[in-house]
Amino acid sequence: MTNYPKNDSGYYHSLTKKMILAVISVSLTPLILVSVMILGEFKRSNREKVHEHLSLHVLKHKTIIDNFLSERLRNIEHMAETWEFEQLQDDTFLENRLAVLQNTYGNVFVDLGLINEQGYQVSYAGPYRLVKAQYSEAEWFEKAIDRDSYISDVFSGLKRLPYLIVSVKKYDGEKAWLLRSTINFTVFNDLVKNIQIGKTGFTFIVNQDGRFQTTPKAGAIAARQLSLNLVENHHEADEIIVRETFGASVQEEIIVATGFLKDGEWIMVLQQNLQDALSDFQLAQNIAILIIMSGGLVIIVMAFFLSTNTVNRIAKADRENELMNRQIVETGKLAAIGELSAGIAHEVNNPVAIMVEEAGWIEDLLEEEDFQESENLKEFTRALSQIKTQGRRCKEITHKLLNFARKTDSTTQKHRINDLIEEVINLSKQRAKYSNVTVNTHLNENLPNIMISDTEFQQILLNLINNALDAMDKTGGNLDISTDIQNNEIIIGVSDTGPGIPKVNLSKIFEPFFTTKPVGKGTGLGLSICYKIIQKMGGQIDVQSGINKGTTFTIRIPMDKQENGISSMKEKNRKPLPENKNDTI
Amino acid sequence: MQSKKTIKIKEPIRLLIVDDEKEYVEVLANRMALRGIQVSKAYSGTEAIRILREKEFDVAVLDLKMEDMDGLEVLKIFKKMDPDLMVIMLTGHGSAQAASDGISLGAFAYLTKPCEFSQLLEKIRKAYWEHKNFF
Repeated sequence: MTNYPKNDSGYYHSLTKKMILAVISVSLTPLILVSVMILGEFKRSNREKVHEHLSLHVLKHKTIIDNFLSERLRNIEHMAETWEFEQLQDDTFLENRLAVLQNTYGNVFVDLGLINEQGYQVSYAGPYRLVKAQYSEAEWFEKAIDRDSYISDVFSGLKRLPYLIVSVKKYDGEKAWLLRSTINFTVFNDLVKNIQIGKTGFTFIVNQDGRFQTTPKAGAIAARQLSLNLVENHHEADEIIVRETFGASVQEEIIVATGFLKDGEWIMVLQQNLQDALSDFQLAQNIAILIIMSGGLVIIVMAFFLSTNTVNRIAKADRENELMNRQIVETGKLAAIGELSAGIAHEVNNPVAIMVEEAGWIEDLLEEEDFQESENLKEFTRALSQIKTQGRRCKEITHKLLNFARKTDSTTQKHRINDLIEEVINLSKQRAKYSNVTVNTHLNENLPNIMISDTEFQQILLNLINNALDAMDKTGGNLDISTDIQNNEIIIGVSDTGPGIPKVNLSKIFEPFFTTKPVGKGTGLGLSICYKIIQKMGGQIDVQSGINKGTTFTIRIPMDKQENGISSMKEKNRKPLPENKNDTI
Repeated sequence: MQSKKTIKIKEPIRLLIVDDEKEYVEVLANRMALRGIQVSKAYSGTEAIRILREKEFDVAVLDLKMEDMDGLEVLKIFKKMDPDLMVIMLTGHGSAQAASDGISLGAFAYLTKPCEFSQLLEKIRKAYWEHKNFF
C-alpha cells in the first residue's frame, strides 16, 4: 500500500511521466539528430566512393579490351605488311602463318583468310571449309573494304556462330585486298565475362545499336535503351558515366557504370546491384544503428529507473514530512490538553482543600460538649466523614490527572510495569464503566523492574485500552490486561472481546494515518506512535484478531536489551516504519 | 544550644500560614488554634514577609503558588530573613519538580493539597521539634 492518499498517487505518477519524458527527450533528441546527420554524410561519401570505384573499374577494363583488340589487329596488320599478296594466296603458307599466330597467342585466332576486292575469299586457313567463300554481300565486308583496318561487331556468321572479325586492307597494285582473321569469341567473351565486382557486379559490352557483344548474365538491363541514352548523353570518349537506375525488375535497384570503347562503337557496361555495391556501407550503417538504438534503449531504461527512483524518494520524503507535521500537531495538542488539565486540577484542588478543612473544623467543633447530646450527632459525623472521603476521592482524581498530564518525558527510570498499568487502568475505569466493559487484570507479581519511560509506556497502554474501549463501546465486553515473563521478555497483553479487525486492515493498522474511525474522531496515529515507541524500546508489538472474537495486542519488551534501548534513544536513532508490515512486527 | 535542648518547652508553637486562598487560611488557623497553636495569617507573599519582619515564628506553612509572588521566591526571602524558620510547602499542583526545588532551597517538607489535616499537624509538630532541638 502506498502511504500517500490516493489522489496524490496520480500526482506522483504524472511527475514520474514528466521526468521520464524530459530525460528521454533531452538525451535522445541530440543523439538522433547527430546520428541522422552522420549517417547521411556517411552514405553520401560512401556512394561517391562506390561510384568512383566503379568508374575506375570500367576505365581499366575498357582499356584492357581496347588493347586486346588493337593488338590483335596489329598482329594481322603486321602479317599483311610483312608478306606479299602472292605469298598469302597460298593456303599452305597461310596455314603456316596461322600456326605461328596460334603458337604465340594460343587459340585467340581461329582462322585466317585472304579476300579480294570482290569479296571472294582467295585463300583460307582454319577449321572451317570456307575456301572460295563469297563475302561481297556480308555487312562486315562492306565496312572493312572501306577502311584500312576494321574490327567487326560480334555477329552470327555463315555457321550461325558468333564471330568477331579483324581485317586489314592492303593494295596489290590498284587492287585492294583484305587479310582477315576470326577472333575466338569465347576467349574474347571470357575476357569480358571475367570482369566481376562484388557478388552481383558483372560486365558486358553492347554496340551502339544496343546489341550485346558479349553474353551478359541474366538480369542485364535493356541494352538498347541504355545505349541510346548513353549516345545521347555522352560528350567525351573517355568519360565514364555512373548512374543508379532500376534493373530488370522495378524492385531491383542497380548501379550502372558505362564507358565507350573501340573508338566509341562499343559501350562497356558494368552493372551491379545497388545493395551489393553499398553492402560494406550497409553493414557499417547497421552496426551504427544498432549502437544508437541500444544507446537509446539504455537511455530510456535509465530514464525510467532514475525517474521512478527519484519520485519514490520525493514521495517518501513528502510522506515523512507530512507524518512529522501531523505528529508535531498531535504532540502540540497533547501538550495543550496536558497543560489545560493541569491547570484545572490545580484550580479544583484549592476549593476541595477548603471543603475538607471546613468539614474538619465542624468535626472539631462537634467535639465540644454542647453537641455531644445532639440527636443527630451520628448523622453529622457520618456526613462529615463522607465529605472527607469524597474530598480524598477528588484529590485522587486530580492527582492522577496531574501525574498523567505532566510533560511527556522520555527519560527512562526503573519502573514497576504493573504499577504503571494499574495507574492507566484507574484512569480508564470510569470510561470502561460507561461502556459497560469489565476490566480484568492478570498481572505477574514477579516482574522485575525495568528501565522505561513511564509516560511513554503509559501512552502506549492508554492508546491500546482506548482502542479496545472504542471497539466495545456499543456492545460492552471484557478487557483483559496481563503481564508475564517469557524467554527473558516481559509480555504485556491487552485483549478485548470486541468485533475484531478485518483481515484486510490487519496489515495496515500500524501505518500512520490509517484509521477506521469517522472523520474527526481518530487521527490514525495512535498505533503508529505505539509501534514507534515500542521499537525504540527494542520491543515488538503483535496483533491477533478474529471477527466477532476480539483482538489481542501483545507487547514484548526484552529485559536484557534495556541498555541498548536507552542508548539508541539517546542518539535519537529512530528507525522509520517499515514499508510493509505483516502480522508480526 | 546544648543547654536549650534539655529545656522542656511548654511554649505554644508559633505558626505562620501563608496562602492567597483566604478561606483556607481561616479554617486552618481555626483548627490549629483549637490545638493550642499560636497562628498568624498572611494572605499574600508580601504580607507574609511584612509579618515575619515584625514577629518571630517557629514554623511557616507556605503555599507554592500565589497571585502576587511565587512560593519559592517567598521561601528564599524567608530563609534569608530567618534561616532557622522551618517551612512546610503546600502545593495544589502536585508537581514533584517544584516540591524538590523547595526542599533544595531549605524547606522542611512538602504536602500536596488537599492534605490530611492530621498529616499537616504532624509535620508542623515535627518541624517544631527539629527547630527546638537544633536551636
